Amino acid sequence: MDNFLQQLINGLTLGSLYGLIAIGYTMVFGIIGMVNFAHGDVFMLSAFIALLVFLVLTKILGIASLPLAFVLVLVAAMVLTSVWNWTIERLAYRPLRGSFRLAPLISAIGMSIFLSNFVQVVQGPRNKPVPPMFDDFLHVTAGGLDVRLQYKQVVIFVVTGILLFAFWWLVQKTALGRAQRACEQDRKMAALLGIDVDRTISITFIIGAALAAVAGVLYMMKYGVVNFADGFLPGVKAFTAAVLGGIGSLPGAVLGGLLIGLIEVFWAAYFSSDYKDVAAFSILAITLIFMPSGILGRPEIEKV
Amino acid sequence: MAVSAQNIDRADAGPDVAAILKDGLAAAVLTFLLAFPIIMLHAEADNDGNLFLTWRPWAVLILCSIAFVGRIGIAQYQNRTVVDRPVAIAAAAPSASSAFLSRYIGLFGLIVLFVFPFAAMFFFGQGGALKWIDSYGIQILIYVMLGWGLNIVVGLAGLLDLGYVAFYAVGAYSYALLATTFGLSFWICLPLAGILAALWGMILGFPVLRLRGDYLAIVTLAFGEMIRLVLVNWVAFSGGGAGIASIPRITFFGLSLRDEPGGFAEFFHIDYSSVHAKIFLYYVILCLALITNFVTLRLRRLPIGRAWEALREDEIACRSLGINTRNTKLTAFALGAFFGGLAGSFFAVRQGFISPESFTFNESATVLAIVVLGGMGSQIGVALAAVFLIGGFELLRELDWLKHLMNVVFGIPDFDPAQYRGLLFGLSMVVMMVLRPRGFISTRSPSIFLKERKSVSGALVKEGHG
Repeated sequence: MDNFLQQLINGLTLGSLYGLIAIGYTMVFGIIGMVNFAHGDVFMLSAFIALLVFLVLTKILGIASLPLAFVLVLVAAMVLTSVWNWTIERLAYRPLRGSFRLAPLISAIGMSIFLSNFVQVVQGPRNKPVPPMFDDFLHVTAGGLDVRLQYKQVVIFVVTGILLFAFWWLVQKTALGRAQRACEQDRKMAALLGIDVDRTISITFIIGAALAAVAGVLYMMKYGVVNFADGFLPGVKAFTAAVLGGIGSLPGAVLGGLLIGLIEVFWAAYFSSDYKDVAAFSILAITLIFMPSGILGRPEIEKV
Repeated sequence: MAVSAQNIDRADAGPDVAAILKDGLAAAVLTFLLAFPIIMLHAEADNDGNLFLTWRPWAVLILCSIAFVGRIGIAQYQNRTVVDRPVAIAAAAPSASSAFLSRYIGLFGLIVLFVFPFAAMFFFGQGGALKWIDSYGIQILIYVMLGWGLNIVVGLAGLLDLGYVAFYAVGAYSYALLATTFGLSFWICLPLAGILAALWGMILGFPVLRLRGDYLAIVTLAFGEMIRLVLVNWVAFSGGGAGIASIPRITFFGLSLRDEPGGFAEFFHIDYSSVHAKIFLYYVILCLALITNFVTLRLRRLPIGRAWEALREDEIACRSLGINTRNTKLTAFALGAFFGGLAGSFFAVRQGFISPESFTFNESATVLAIVVLGGMGSQIGVALAAVFLIGGFELLRELDWLKHLMNVVFGIPDFDPAQYRGLLFGLSMVVMMVLRPRGFISTRSPSIFLKERKSVSGALVKEGHG
């Protein structure tokens, strides 16, 4: 039981990261119907940006307070990653609206290859060990159960919770969110009603990147090491999460993320850690083949 | 036309300078923001695992100025082309010279390919020719073959397959396992490997048939990775990450090509040279690639080939015309996989050692980049893309002055162009999609025509093919 509870906490921590990345996939898919293949690499890039900003803050500016440095890193990574994703959308995806079906996907695949190789070239191929952060843990003993809760995990839960709430508020309660939801339902109609569709799509990419950057900062802190190839697997798993939750559905992305995190952790704990990635890939294939609209998604109706 | 263009340029030149400068400045600032942490700073770990930072302000400064100048240049260029646009559309129709070129370039290429090993021997001697035949000739031809194989799936049938490397792996492991376990010869294993790969193509293709384009791409990616992960983890079957070593080498009709009694050299009473084996391998892969090309070209004229192209253009229309989309897709998958399997089997016999390392997603992406840059559907285009992308980088690696230049000017001590390969592949895929989605060779000759064959511009057809 102790072990189960421990794994549950680990799974939820991992799942919140996947959920944060999955939102980027699902929002972009919802609004322009494109699988943003490069999103995983944007996430990886954000982890590198976070690491570099963290080093600048602690080593050069000499900020000793870890929470302060952490918040600054979070903000800087969100802003800079957003700039990256905005530029990517502008250069690689926007010119392709109205091109043939596979063009945006191929462009996104190219972008993904570019980003991972770019980081490899500018930062080197070796793993970067991140200075330890929030490494302590507390024992929670209640009702005969003893569970180890790392501060890291607490930080992940708190940050994810706050940002998801802010994000929910943005999408549900602001004019911006309304425009975004309108574009998702019918782009042409939204344009006729005076919504600047291009701007809304740009903002969608910015929001997606900002949330991926949060995941990137948390990932860097959780694993203590970043590598240029780190974007691929989390990217595919987050995409799996988006598909499992129902692509296009925002609560679905978070739900899918948590499920994938739990499945991965429990699979590794109770079956075999060798095949945990195979498990994630299998879920992706099975969901797409048998349940393409996911848990919370709307079934897709093909109009001729 | 020219006069009016000049007039407009002159009229714009005065008031626009401020706007253009502002534009350029914005581009420079944006570049700075993009480059600020990731390029300006470089984190490297020392032996104790502590990270320390080094600064690279010059690189960022250079990039910012490139962005500034480039943005202004593009703005100027666009100003001019707005006026010239009607002319540009007229020029999109293929000219007589390009039709001539596309007719004879294949023949010319074929002759070059056949004499290549002997030309290399003639110019570089036996020692020098070894490298040319191996790392240029054979290496490029493997990718040409893979490109042509994938072209059937992506270019003709319009199914974006991101897991093509899985079939390459199936072929390679088929040969390696059959040869090391049962001692079968390469020539028996080659068709077996192809058939096994085709079977896998059908097994993996069957469940994904109903999916739309981008879902299909992701699922094939998942399948490709799954096969690799199984190869890594199922140690008893595949040797795991360590791979399979000492795979039997190729034989020339039963004659060993190694330096041993009863081998090729002794039989023909010539001195042994390692270049013999390379030349033989070169002609084997050349034949395999040409068979792939030949089969594809012939199939395009059969009902199945036309069904593929119809499927690529419009699946719904296809179905309503009574084409069996399931079988059409499956044959494309199986045939593409078959050729991938043959190439994989050849790869195993050439290397003598295989491991899952050789079958990562990067490999799939490389082959896809070749197909995309070749113009998705054009056979010559794919071949040329493979020559430039694979051969070009091998060639760059040879250039010592480039290494020297990079060291002196940019302060990069061990410049290895191979590092930049992925970078340029990715970038060129994006640029290609944005600027020339129909491929570099955008002239197509239709496979079905009334009375006379007229080349059409790729711009007139939907997915880069006519």
